[in-house]
Amino acid sequence: MASAQGGGDSKLFARIPSAIMSMFLAYIPPSVHSPMRGPQGKVAELRFELNSGGKKDKHYTTKKIALKKIVANMTMSNNDMVALFPDIVGCMTIPNLEIKKMCFLFLVNYARMRPDVSVKAIPVLQHDMEDPNPLVRALALRTMSYIHVREFVEATVPIVKHLLRDPDPYVRKTAAYCVAKLYDHDKHMVEKSDLIDRLNGLLRDDNPTVVASALAGLMDIWERSDAIKLTIDYGNASKMVAILPDCSEWGQTYILEALMSYVPQECGEAALLAERIAPRLSHSNSAVVLTCIRVVLYLMNYISDQKQISALCRKLSPPLVTLLAKGPEVQYLALRNALLILQRRPDVLRNDIRVFFCKYNDPIYVKVTKLELIFMLANEKNIDEVLTELREYATEIDVHFVRKAVRAIGKLAIKIEPASRRCINLLLELVATKVTYIVQEATVVIRNIFRKYPNQYESIIGTLCEHLDSLDEPEAKAAMVWVIGQYASRIENSDALLEDFLFSFAEEPVEVQLALLTATVKLFIQRPTKGQELVPKVLKWATEETDNPDLRDRAYMYWRLLSTDIEAAKRIVMGEKPAITAESERLDPATLEEMCLNVGTLATVYLKPVQTVFRNARPRRLQDSPALQRQEVPAPSSLRSDANKSLSQLGMGGQAADFDPRTDRGQPRDGNGNLAQAVSDADAYFSSQMRGMQIQEHGDSFGGNAGEGQGYVVNQYAPQGVYQTAAVGNNQDLLL
Amino acid sequence: MASAVFFLDLKGKTSLARNYRGDIPMSAVEMFPVLLSEAEEEFYLYIRHNNLYLLALTKRNTNAAEILLFLHKIVEVFTEYFKALEEESIRDNFVIIYELLDEMMDFGYPQTTESKILQEYITQESHKLEIQARPPIAVTNAVSWRSEGIRYRKNEVFLDVIESLNLLVSANGNVLRSEILGAIKMKCYLSGMPELRLGLNDKVMFETTGRTTRGKAIEMEDVKFHQCVRLSRFENDRTISFIPPDGEFELMSYRLNTQVKPLIWVECVVESHSGSRIEYMLKARAQFKRRSTANNVEIIVPVPDDADTPRFRTNVGSVHYAPEQSAIVWKIKQFGGGKEFLMRAELGLPSVRGDDEHGGGMTGGFGGSMGGIGAPGKGAKRPIQVKFEIPYFTTSGIQVRYLKITEPKGPQNDLLRLKVYMSEGGHDIEKRSPVPNKNAVVLKVTEHLYALLDRPVILFVVGQVVHQVVSADLDEEPTGAFA
Repeated sequence: MASAQGGGDSKLFARIPSAIMSMFLAYIPPSVHSPMRGPQGKVAELRFELNSGGKKDKHYTTKKIALKKIVANMTMSNNDMVALFPDIVGCMTIPNLEIKKMCFLFLVNYARMRPDVSVKAIPVLQHDMEDPNPLVRALALRTMSYIHVREFVEATVPIVKHLLRDPDPYVRKTAAYCVAKLYDHDKHMVEKSDLIDRLNGLLRDDNPTVVASALAGLMDIWERSDAIKLTIDYGNASKMVAILPDCSEWGQTYILEALMSYVPQECGEAALLAERIAPRLSHSNSAVVLTCIRVVLYLMNYISDQKQISALCRKLSPPLVTLLAKGPEVQYLALRNALLILQRRPDVLRNDIRVFFCKYNDPIYVKVTKLELIFMLANEKNIDEVLTELREYATEIDVHFVRKAVRAIGKLAIKIEPASRRCINLLLELVATKVTYIVQEATVVIRNIFRKYPNQYESIIGTLCEHLDSLDEPEAKAAMVWVIGQYASRIENSDALLEDFLFSFAEEPVEVQLALLTATVKLFIQRPTKGQELVPKVLKWATEETDNPDLRDRAYMYWRLLSTDIEAAKRIVMGEKPAITAESERLDPATLEEMCLNVGTLATVYLKPVQTVFRNARPRRLQDSPALQRQEVPAPSSLRSDANKSLSQLGMGGQAADFDPRTDRGQPRDGNGNLAQAVSDADAYFSSQMRGMQIQEHGDSFGGNAGEGQGYVVNQYAPQGVYQTAAVGNNQDLLL
Repeated sequence: MASAVFFLDLKGKTSLARNYRGDIPMSAVEMFPVLLSEAEEEFYLYIRHNNLYLLALTKRNTNAAEILLFLHKIVEVFTEYFKALEEESIRDNFVIIYELLDEMMDFGYPQTTESKILQEYITQESHKLEIQARPPIAVTNAVSWRSEGIRYRKNEVFLDVIESLNLLVSANGNVLRSEILGAIKMKCYLSGMPELRLGLNDKVMFETTGRTTRGKAIEMEDVKFHQCVRLSRFENDRTISFIPPDGEFELMSYRLNTQVKPLIWVECVVESHSGSRIEYMLKARAQFKRRSTANNVEIIVPVPDDADTPRFRTNVGSVHYAPEQSAIVWKIKQFGGGKEFLMRAELGLPSVRGDDEHGGGMTGGFGGSMGGIGAPGKGAKRPIQVKFEIPYFTTSGIQVRYLKITEPKGPQNDLLRLKVYMSEGGHDIEKRSPVPNKNAVVLKVTEHLYALLDRPVILFVVGQVVHQVVSADLDEEPTGAFA
């Protein structure tokens, strides 16, 4: 076992003082080693090389070559190198920066594997921290503070205190980060010492880079500690802004991030500060720009003057759009944040829908997010333009994207009532292409359109029926079956169509089975003569030949209903359905508030509350102050006026076409959605009945609503329910 | 803030890694190849460069842009150090890479990332540093991008304006969106710590200062500056003042949304003959003034991936088939204003497809309609691209009115001689246009790509204008050495 030997090897060496060790080895003729194979051979070889050269090697050339080899081995995870630890410690005192760097690198890498040997390096490091060259002092300090070994941490504390006041700013900057590192290693020790106070004192340093580093260090500590409060008053904030121009691009980012801890006490302060940092929006570094956008958005919460607000909104728009010309990664980040900003401050991007039109070579994740933004920004005025664009997308090559485009068209029909006819015409045009996945996707959205606009567009049923054969996805099948059941009285051969579907009843997924069951009952209710043969057959299958409790229970329920009171059955099954809306997914106000305080961070990529992605993240909330403006999150008017069942944006219950996986935190809604929509109005009826009985049904599998008082606003941020698992295949995008 | 930075090969195997915070097990990187293959949409915090992935891991809700840009900076810096950054260059340079990583990031926070500055104290030929290296002042200085004490015998500045035009044209020829992306690039070889001031025909500047101008002023929708430019000063009075970094850099970039006429308009008719042969008829027209000429015009027409046996006919320039980019390239050395040229190309298609499958999109994606067969991935709807250069002409009309240089510190002034050259750069842009998906054999393509050029400027050689001044800002006396 090579590794075991290697381990034993190193243990043995550890007990022998390094100096003796190297001498000893130096005298062994190389020939002794050459026959040896494996790690020990290699270690011995390198050790020999490291210690050869002797006095002739004035420039330490041999040593450097040996060290380079050791570093290379280390990089390739050859952990046998740890056996060389004592030799490396021996080399540390050589007054050559290159050698020092390599030795320190080795030390940082292996110290935790061999704490006993590594402590021998402490005196060397301590000595180096008094070197006249600031580069050496900083290097030693940086190295020492990286090592998570108690002796090192303890030894670092007094030195850091000293070096925080080093005459050279480069060393002070390094010391500032060092405090944060120590805090990471041993929270309590740092809290007991006065290090944090000293770090705080560094904020008064006259070097901007040092100040920015101190801020970064403090923020890092603050992020991990509830005990520490970061208070920045206007005076401090103002000073920080004053040194912004003198900091490096990264320093500017740290300062801007720190400004998020400043709580304006007066509207005037907030406005002035926003004004003063706004020039950063012209920085070529996108991180500075995005962070600046975050701070300006934050400060806007404390500004009462609407004129100032809209002036600031106007300033934010061009830089956001410019980010779309950057590389795809930054572009994606900007788009995800645009989704957020649009919800909080719709003014920012109001007139810019065209900038979100996809380019032929956009990566798919960029295209999909742009599509989402286009949907959000679509309105009566620009709908023609949007539809022309969506038609283009629907003929793209990427199936996933095409599906979303088709779904978007259907959703727009629901969202923008005056344009519904145009949307439907476009859908029919697409259906005429006979491309199966377009037909299926269109079928699903047309079902929703029928629900939204009953008795208006039934004339297109004929067209749909022409494409029955191309339906092979459960969701599309369920949608078609729903249409047949719902309009059984108008479709001449509805019984024959249903019978065709029923042929494979036993093999269908439960989603389709449920739809078939309901549709058959509807057929029977509307055309008893035609349905009378089918109904008993289906009820029998659904009660006796299934293992699915949902299906069975529902079949029993229908059975009983039909056998008890056919009039009541009619009222219930064919009852009026609650209307649906297609407002886009919106975050609930609390989440939106938090997300807006985190613009540009990773959480905005997922568009999920920070805590769900980063469990240990410190929660951020808008701090109260006399200047805080109570937030009015612009709610979609349709959502208010007909607060009814709304579909999730483009992907409600959407198989592959689930539109925005990342916003889908509320899988229960999805699961419900799938079922609810697939199963039909009877379900809706039950849920409304339940509502009548004051049952707040979060994540009920029938209703699929978040149980808001009067309606069915499907809120994706409803607490996650057990139905998460019921979501069939529609969350595959959710993997993170 | 990043916890660790990795360099991985295309298979996801780690070539080199640096752990900055130790709060994430380094084995976490083993998940990366899995994520890569499964989650195409969750591209995060990594970038790809040549045959390498650069990946950063973090445990906190980090500023994502900061880390992404830092990774790009690594690429930039390493490219300067090693000529090219690829797997091999990592393997050959472990030691220096660790040194750089140590200096560029501390505890996960990006630090000095200017390669010019880093090169002053981290070099491969350490014997050059007989005297021990010290941290350059720039590392902690307000001017973090330029070292002190730079000397040139010949002081020169080069200025390029490069513009590209993004056009989105609808099926009926309407311009849906037109956007100009421009950049001003400089090559600066100046001694000392020179102060530069650049004047543009910026409309907002004229308005704020109440000055009038003879020429046309342009209104930039958004401007981004290199970190050397004093942003607050620009915000106040639109003055672009800066101490430049040494060497080449992009001083600023800008964006304009203006309706412009494409300078070279290309119409393309595609005819497919029973799926075995495809014919393109191109008409290119120069829509600018007769006295101007576009140079090095390249018109790149995407064709199906598997096309063969090309035959071309044209009355001007040369045409060749570039199978590596699945395109035919029509080159015209000089294209006079108002002129119009024609070209016909015919290519064979080995695999027989039905005519009606060629509806996939205007200029690319002929391989199959609606996505099934034939044209996977990159073949989709590629636009025709047009690249060209027109000297002294920018699409946007931006002009550099002056470039003033002052050297604040005494003696070097006498040595400072300024030569400014203009150089031109062409650029291309891509745009796509929605064309209805007709199942027709003939598609009319209104697909264009434009790019424009540059209009550089004026220079002072020791106070004397070398080139014609577009509209010189003569209200200020030439100062110092230039007088």
